[in-house]
Amino acid sequence: MPSVQDWINNPLGVVDGAFAQNNSGAEWEKKVVEYFKEKLKVNGAQSWVPSLNDVPLHYLKPNSLVKFRCMIQDMFDPEFFMGVYETVDSSTNSKVLRCGKYKDVTDCGQVDFNSRNAVTSERQTFYCVPIPGESQWVKEISFHQARVVPSTSYTPNRHKRSYEEDDEMDTQAQCHCANSHRNVESKRLETEAPSQNNSPSRCSSNLDLNFPLPGEQGPACLVKVYEGWDGFKLNDMLEVFGILSVDPALSLMADDKEASSLLDPTESMETVEEQRAHSPPASLVPRIHMLYAQPLKHNNPLLPSAVSEDKGACRFLSGVLSELTSVRSELLTYLTHIFLGDSLAAEYLILHLISSVYARRDVLPLGKFTLNVSGCPHSSPYTDQLYQIIQQLVPSSYQICMSLHNMNNQRMVPRKDYTANRLVSGTLQLASNTSLFLDETQLEQGQLDATGVRNITALGNLISWQKVDYDFNYHQMEFPCNINVLIVSEGRSLLPSDCQVHLRPALSPPNLEEYLKTVQLAQASSQLNKYRVYFTVARSLDYNISDQITKAVEEDFVEMRKDDPQSVSAEDLHRMLIVARLLSLSYGQTSLSRENWIKAKQMEMMRISRTQQQKCVNGNEP
Amino acid sequence: MSSPSSSARKRARSSNPPTPASEDPLSLSPRPREPSTGELQPMPTSPGTDMQSPAIQDTSLFSSPVQLPFDFLSEVDMSSPLIYDTPSRGTPARQRPDLGSVRKAPQVDLNSEPVSGGSHFIKSSNCLQSKIFGLYAKRFLQRFIDPSSREDENACLDLNEPLYMQKLDEISVVGDPVLNVNCGHIQTFDADLYRQLICYPQEVIPTFDMAVNELFFDRYPDSVLEHQIQVRPYNALKTRNMRSLNPEDIDQLITISGMVIRTSQLIPEMQEAFFRCQVCAFSTRVEVDRGRIAEPAVCRNCNTTHSMALVHNRSVFSDKQMIKLQESPEDMPAGQTPHTTVVYAHNDLVDKVQPGDRVNITGVFYPNEPVLCSLHKSVRGKSGIYRAAPMRVNPRQSQVKSVYKTHIDAIHFRKTDERRLHGLEEENEQKLFTEERVSMLKELAAKPDVYDRLSSALAPSIYEHEDIKKGILLQLFGGTRKDFSQTGRGNFRAEINILLCGDPGTSKSQLLQYVYNLVPRGQYTSGKGSSAVGLTAYVMKDPETRQLVLQTGALVLSDNGICCIDEFDKMSDSTRSVLHEVMEQQTLSIAKAGIICQLNARTSILAAANPVESQWNPKKTTIENIQLPHTLLSRFDLIFLMLDPQDEAYDRRLAHHLVSLYYQSEDQVEEEYLDMAVLKDYIAYARTYINPRLCEEASQALIEAYVDMRKIGSGRGMVSAYPRQLESLIRLAEAHAKVRFSDKVETIDVEEAKRLHREALKQSATDPRTGFVDISILTTGMSATARKRKEEVAQALKKLIQSKGKMPAMKYQQLFDDLRGQSEAAITKDMFDEALRALTDEDYLTVTGKTVRLL
Repeated sequence: MPSVQDWINNPLGVVDGAFAQNNSGAEWEKKVVEYFKEKLKVNGAQSWVPSLNDVPLHYLKPNSLVKFRCMIQDMFDPEFFMGVYETVDSSTNSKVLRCGKYKDVTDCGQVDFNSRNAVTSERQTFYCVPIPGESQWVKEISFHQARVVPSTSYTPNRHKRSYEEDDEMDTQAQCHCANSHRNVESKRLETEAPSQNNSPSRCSSNLDLNFPLPGEQGPACLVKVYEGWDGFKLNDMLEVFGILSVDPALSLMADDKEASSLLDPTESMETVEEQRAHSPPASLVPRIHMLYAQPLKHNNPLLPSAVSEDKGACRFLSGVLSELTSVRSELLTYLTHIFLGDSLAAEYLILHLISSVYARRDVLPLGKFTLNVSGCPHSSPYTDQLYQIIQQLVPSSYQICMSLHNMNNQRMVPRKDYTANRLVSGTLQLASNTSLFLDETQLEQGQLDATGVRNITALGNLISWQKVDYDFNYHQMEFPCNINVLIVSEGRSLLPSDCQVHLRPALSPPNLEEYLKTVQLAQASSQLNKYRVYFTVARSLDYNISDQITKAVEEDFVEMRKDDPQSVSAEDLHRMLIVARLLSLSYGQTSLSRENWIKAKQMEMMRISRTQQQKCVNGNEP
Repeated sequence: MSSPSSSARKRARSSNPPTPASEDPLSLSPRPREPSTGELQPMPTSPGTDMQSPAIQDTSLFSSPVQLPFDFLSEVDMSSPLIYDTPSRGTPARQRPDLGSVRKAPQVDLNSEPVSGGSHFIKSSNCLQSKIFGLYAKRFLQRFIDPSSREDENACLDLNEPLYMQKLDEISVVGDPVLNVNCGHIQTFDADLYRQLICYPQEVIPTFDMAVNELFFDRYPDSVLEHQIQVRPYNALKTRNMRSLNPEDIDQLITISGMVIRTSQLIPEMQEAFFRCQVCAFSTRVEVDRGRIAEPAVCRNCNTTHSMALVHNRSVFSDKQMIKLQESPEDMPAGQTPHTTVVYAHNDLVDKVQPGDRVNITGVFYPNEPVLCSLHKSVRGKSGIYRAAPMRVNPRQSQVKSVYKTHIDAIHFRKTDERRLHGLEEENEQKLFTEERVSMLKELAAKPDVYDRLSSALAPSIYEHEDIKKGILLQLFGGTRKDFSQTGRGNFRAEINILLCGDPGTSKSQLLQYVYNLVPRGQYTSGKGSSAVGLTAYVMKDPETRQLVLQTGALVLSDNGICCIDEFDKMSDSTRSVLHEVMEQQTLSIAKAGIICQLNARTSILAAANPVESQWNPKKTTIENIQLPHTLLSRFDLIFLMLDPQDEAYDRRLAHHLVSLYYQSEDQVEEEYLDMAVLKDYIAYARTYINPRLCEEASQALIEAYVDMRKIGSGRGMVSAYPRQLESLIRLAEAHAKVRFSDKVETIDVEEAKRLHREALKQSATDPRTGFVDISILTTGMSATARKRKEEVAQALKKLIQSKGKMPAMKYQQLFDDLRGQSEAAITKDMFDEALRALTDEDYLTVTGKTVRLL
């Protein structure tokens, strides 16, 4: 791969070359983008590009091509820059035209600002953070899929093995070595580059990288977008391919600016806070000049990232589909064990984990399936362990302990900070299909203050309408989201939910903790990988209902209402249709069959009777 | 200005040898009173060439696109002294920092071509041209008449006289030397002039200034003004949206709308520096040129080098303020964050706007400096005060951050919500409809089934409930606002209030959410969570200024909009009592912390309430079911019940509808229903432009309807309609006329209003015991039969007590049992209590604890 060296190591050379070839027309810009797109299309080419997620920043070569898997956390104002400028060589007085695209800083020579050949262009800056709540296994696997990259000075000696052939063959072994490597890696980081290790205390004292979730790691990045920025939305997941810029001049300027702003307030329009938020030191927040970005539907590294027309991907997908049913039954057994023998709860958990908002009809989000698992033992590590198990299955997740302290103090709703002119993130700023685990067993009696009430309202809105109203101080702005909310509670949750399942354990192991650990350990990691693929695939399937089944469902509904109109309302039908939809998808079927409809009905009936019984037992439950 | 010709001009000009200009009388600066722009001293970095090339030599000028009409040229007396001399008669000129005289960007080297923009006005090199524009400008000011003016500030002007001459009149009276000029007027009058103004505001506005001052001081030679009149153009249609600002707008006049989010403190900006020689005390003044002061190195008097020191308190400063403007939420595409822009306000525009204001700003869009300060080694001024410290360029540093910051120098502010404060008739902010949009809407309105179409477009995901949707649709349009303040009645309510009650889970909340998302000024609150304060207004101490500030609540915020209140029944009584005033008088009175005021709350209320027993009890009346005070209920024009109809055909349709939600794709749905955006525009258009009035026939029909309603009840000895119901009918009929885009309320409107009103009544005011519609359920909280029954029970009880002979006291429980035993109908405890109360009121007996005493 000799050519790879060039376009990965020195992409600016390619850009400048194209610019020099036809400096008059505007086509060169398109050509450059096309060139890189073509290069990246080559089989496996994307994995040659070093990823900012995996390789520490100081190992990456400045001005080389990198990729970054991230979520857009904030969008800054568009900025004007010198697209084309002329430099004067002071010794010879000759003028040279240069291109300023994909660069932060002009190179060599005195810039002639009055040149008539100069072109001002516009670009947009996005503040991107690693996908919030990304599970550890995602990071490990994607780390290992990355090939040894010639362009980095980072050549870890442990990459002796070849991963070229088959990744899945020895995932087990990989995972193990990944673990050990991770440890080594993190130790090295601690000693070598403390700035990379964002321990929260350090972060807050120095620079707030504005991660949505507390305790997150990884680099944040300023992504400069040159075209089509209207197509991106806040909270989009992207894989960005671009030119890394960590010119120390950027930070130097920032320092200087701060000093001079003391001198003359009219010179700087920005406050110190704004300066800090918008031009942080490049060593902490690198700049990426985007050449190409791939929107991510999911961040599961076990699957090809885009549902592409690629043949390999198709073959892979059909392979997964064929064994979907068997994987499902294994998964069901596993989850049943986790739920202490309650298979109904396990069924519902599967449905919940593959649910996703697929459409919105005016204000109504369709396809969401918020699950409330009630009857969880209080004050035991059960809920924590349940979360850990879910974390192992889904690519991104987050747990909110609904303790009074947390509810009153956590910043959930993102808020616009006008002094720093940025969107201060909150825990509800999550990428789509993130699993949000609300632990209501932690809630105790006490008073919610204003923040607490706002947080509860925000959670309620999130669950019912799948939207978060971001606080822009003078007004609120509604951002639709797609978050799977799972609530675990003792009794019925105080938050609304689409469906409540009361846990009914069939067995009570003497040592719950031990029991769950053994169940977990029994799952081979190849097995876990199968589950992970299963969830992502099942979620992305299409679905429809044939006319015939529509008729049958109508009949059924009329029939049910005839017996007892109070028993089944429109809302119940809604829920049954969702359950039926998810049930079909969980078997890999893309249209509703009679059996599944009946099964969905039965499941619902069982669930409802269970909650009603629970009511009788408790008596005073509303 | 078209680019080919301008580039041709450019070429021609650059080939011209630069000529020293000072000797040539014709090359006098066109703006003698604007010295900072006109007499720029060449920067030390660009010495040599002079920008002022005489007009005679520059023959290529006449190839400029502004072809002067011949007769006009002949009118121009080139030697007229007027043109060269601004007849200021001693009135001092005032610098216009808003026109960039303090511009810092070093590329404003007037000699070479500017970096951006491409085509450019011949910068002050051509005084002839600016003279001609001056004449154009004058002609515009003298002759422009706008007979169809609708702006509020032109309210008292004669529309058939030249508009701006009248404004000059005003200036002479008021003495405020600012003339606001609507760019739209210029465009209709002279498109060419408009184009020049937009593209070269820095040159054209000063010529306007000159023209105005000439005109003004010709007419009113004796007026005394603070300074010369400044022209402030506004409403430049170049750019509306902040998002669409792009490099091509640099240096052009633009108008953008947005919301002020932050204002800086006042920044004194040096305009003129005062230097004094420390050796001989000789003093000199130096103009600030593009933010820099050329500090005199040598004293001209005593020839000492480096002896000049800056004297701050004799230097001249002007006010400056930085304002951050954010895109207004309406202009933004979904899923993106708003953009912000920096605006500088100068002189009297400082502190004109506050954070939170919605404004239209007209100004010139500038790039700041492409070179960041890091290039210059900043040197503190000798005196150590931070202002206007001279910057020196460090030529050795070669790397430059290649980003420009941009800002807008504000020339004119216009608050968009100002009209609301005046309480003018036009309620909606001027929403601009394009021609096609309007014709599209009109076409839609002409369709016979527009009413049904619109109502089915409303919340299509909610099934059926056609009448409720129709009611809400009429609410969205509202009635016509009438003013009877002269006759002492005040404003008639034009807003329609609707209450939805019914079983939980009948998508009431969803309807509310939909409406809230549809209307521009909607508020959504839940009765459970909102307090009286949250609904009305509260007084707060501003943490920064320590002033008391009135913070408005949901009802005030939804003035001219719809306030959606969910869980209306869960509201506390004190909160609900606030609504009484709002729902009829449409105002809110506040007496809090020394602030006593009345705020407008012309809001429609859409409320949803659940029955007390969680399930609707068909055996009870509406009042009994939702337990709301009847005083409040009677203020709702329409009360709908959203019940689960237990009907097979309905179930089937519902099931079909729901199932289809789960497999239809988005596009399929869009074909079926009207777009939400169209619906929004339709409503906005109708609300703004359509004000239907009752025609003769319609009023007759209304009278009949009202009389009929009264008649129905009177047959059974009850009243079934009150004037409030008549008012509701009128409002509904007007709203229906608005739906049809009709300026007249006709009989069909009345028919529909009647039908809808009857439907709602049928649902909510039917006496469950008799099956008749009984309006007194809503107005007095009790049906007439119930009242009759109450009386009967009381009489029976009285009889019972009398039959017992003279017993001074009786046991409560025993009396109850006796009465129950005697009566044929079942008597509940409530009824018994009520009967006792009735007898107490008659002073027949008293109840103390468990005993009943006769009096």
